[in-house]
Amino acid sequence: MHDDDHHHHGDHDHGHGHNHAHGHGHDHHHDNRYTDMQARVKALETVLTEKGLLDPAAIDAIVETYETKVGPRNGAHVVAKAWSDPDFSDWLKRDATAAIASLGYTGRQGEHMRAVFNTPDTHNLVVCTLCSCYPWAVLGLPPVWYKAPAYRSRAVIDPRGVLAEFGVTLPEDKKIRVWDSTAELRYLVIPERPEGTEGLDEAALAALVSRDAMIGTAIASTTVARAAE
Amino acid sequence: MSACEIGTELPPSPLAQSVGLPKSPEGDPVFAEPWNAQAFAMTVHLHQKGVFTWSEWAAALSGEVHGDGRAEDGSDYFDCWVAALCGLIIEKGIADDEMIIGLQESWQRAAEATPHGKPIELSNDPMR
Repeated sequence: MHDDDHHHHGDHDHGHGHNHAHGHGHDHHHDNRYTDMQARVKALETVLTEKGLLDPAAIDAIVETYETKVGPRNGAHVVAKAWSDPDFSDWLKRDATAAIASLGYTGRQGEHMRAVFNTPDTHNLVVCTLCSCYPWAVLGLPPVWYKAPAYRSRAVIDPRGVLAEFGVTLPEDKKIRVWDSTAELRYLVIPERPEGTEGLDEAALAALVSRDAMIGTAIASTTVARAAE
Repeated sequence: MSACEIGTELPPSPLAQSVGLPKSPEGDPVFAEPWNAQAFAMTVHLHQKGVFTWSEWAAALSGEVHGDGRAEDGSDYFDCWVAALCGLIIEKGIADDEMIIGLQESWQRAAEATPHGKPIELSNDPMR
């Protein structure tokens, strides 16, 4: 799966103009880029803040209020399909970008996806040291805590402690892998399918998958029916 | 940590009823990228502060959406949204075009100059 990403990026990506939406270079010290629209919105934010017309906290509150419920539902669809369709699951492991795109969920900036599967031995947790790296196409907008410095730094240093704060206690011998997202590559956690869900169809399964379970700060469970909120 | 998620409930804004705004089956606006949501939220905020009226907004947005060279499929809807917001900000004398373009370029230089893992700050622009 990683190979695919590298092939795709190739050298033709280098030297693109920084304004181009698909011009993300592969080079990691250069992956902070704003498209014209991103930069223009930042510019407006700056102007309005300087004029005292904008309170950034108020903006965050509005974004939260209107935060799309659609995003995480897309991810839950991907997970439920992976649980119920072994061929799809296999495809997702090999080439998550293509498998996810086949369901109609495509990142507009051409970012690549990698699906990381939880197993009885390993739990996966996704973080980004920079708040903009998040799989929008499948999870919508990131929650506030995902962008908070506390999560960003501590998820790497003390993942077990962070998980405990989210109410997730894993067996001592279960390994935790922490994935640091980049502008080019975003991760989707495929939680373990809960026990006792053999008879459920895709839609019913999707309802068991929360946004947090796909970031890795929760597990999918038949009792957590908060679904793709 | 998850307690941070609980936000204050705000009354729905009439701006959520803007013509052409992509919506979920529940009627909530859908944003493809974070800057879409930021632009939407700033507009809602300015409207709530009384910087412009709903009809002023509707006229500005409509002018952009029906402007020349716009995508048939509506994929540039939030480009139109931002253009309308810019237009109103200029019209209200809050900023001029030059200032906005200058800041836009400054943010782009700042982003490029910021290593991955560090927050992008305007002061990172080497030309500031």
